[in-house]
Amino acid sequence: MKYIDPHIHMVSRTTDDYERMAMAGCVAITEPAFWAGFDRSSPQGFYDYYKQLTDTEPKRAAQYGIRHHCWLCVNPKEAEDAGFAKEVMSIIPDFMDCPNVLGIGEIGLNKNSRNELMILEAHLELALSTNQLVLVHTPHLEDKLKGTRLIMDAIFNAGLQPDRVLIDHVEEHTVSEVLDRGFWAGMTLYPDSKCTPQRAVDILETYGTERLWMNSAGDWGPSDPLSVPKARIEMRRRGHSEDMVRKVTWDNPKTFLSRSPRFRADDD
Amino acid sequence: MTLESKFMTERNSCPMTAAEIADAYFMEHRAKLIDLAAFLDRVDRASDADDEGLGVDFRITALHECLKILNDGKNDRTRRVLEHLSDHSSEPLQTAPMKGALGAPAPE
Repeated sequence: MKYIDPHIHMVSRTTDDYERMAMAGCVAITEPAFWAGFDRSSPQGFYDYYKQLTDTEPKRAAQYGIRHHCWLCVNPKEAEDAGFAKEVMSIIPDFMDCPNVLGIGEIGLNKNSRNELMILEAHLELALSTNQLVLVHTPHLEDKLKGTRLIMDAIFNAGLQPDRVLIDHVEEHTVSEVLDRGFWAGMTLYPDSKCTPQRAVDILETYGTERLWMNSAGDWGPSDPLSVPKARIEMRRRGHSEDMVRKVTWDNPKTFLSRSPRFRADDD
Repeated sequence: MTLESKFMTERNSCPMTAAEIADAYFMEHRAKLIDLAAFLDRVDRASDADDEGLGVDFRITALHECLKILNDGKNDRTRRVLEHLSDHSSEPLQTAPMKGALGAPAPE
């Protein structure tokens, strides 16, 4: 059965991972712009990164039959220096017409600071003015609950439609508020933080399958690019239907992402 | 808000029986429980530990508080533990103090 991994940072992964994902059924991915593990020292560093996302990675993925899409932004971990972040944001429009760009992301908050919020609002303005989909990063650990609420308020204040926004990294204490306010929600499957595949299936059993997807967010830290197929195994192990497996790992991401005319899951 | 969510499903939403859940997951969680016990024993042997508990890190204190949630007889434990480990303030911080997170709200 085919699947989509709608959030994975392939610039941090080896070509072997593309091969293993393809063998597990992955046919399409989306890669949000994120923090490299260190602060880039110049806007030129971001320019090169955006080139990698829009030119290099699609070619690397295509070798394994995987369609590569991306999202562009200054990630919240590099938003505290607001002047620098705005300078970087000025080059984003140069890439918005690239054929694999789906929208703005992953934007959001990290430590819930005023500058992070200001840069989030600037990204939301850009998304609204260019009619882009939005992929949202919510903060880690103790900062997630507060940050998720601040982000949702900022999105409503900006005037974006919640059904064009995916709020990622939800957990048991944030998922219901995200869904209740009309957003799409993503569960990130990590071995230590965020959700394990088992907990993600628990969330599906508790909150249902509407407007929910799951992703590996595989990156340079502890993460597993095969966590989505592992969660599918977990669903089957518990006796859930193939319809449910397909809905969460194929239908739902395809429905949301297809709101961008540039998204192609397969040959259809 | 969670319990009133319109998305909250009915009981019995996991197709497995309790025995099947135990068969599938008990050993994994037995191991995690013993890991946790060993972790707390390690904290007790810390070089700065004393009988009054001075020197105990705020994260360890938060963890002990979460253990009470696990054993209070109420359901929805995961959400309540995560909420206990969350910052419940609502105003943005003046500046970001660091990039990372600690896992439990730091004392004022």
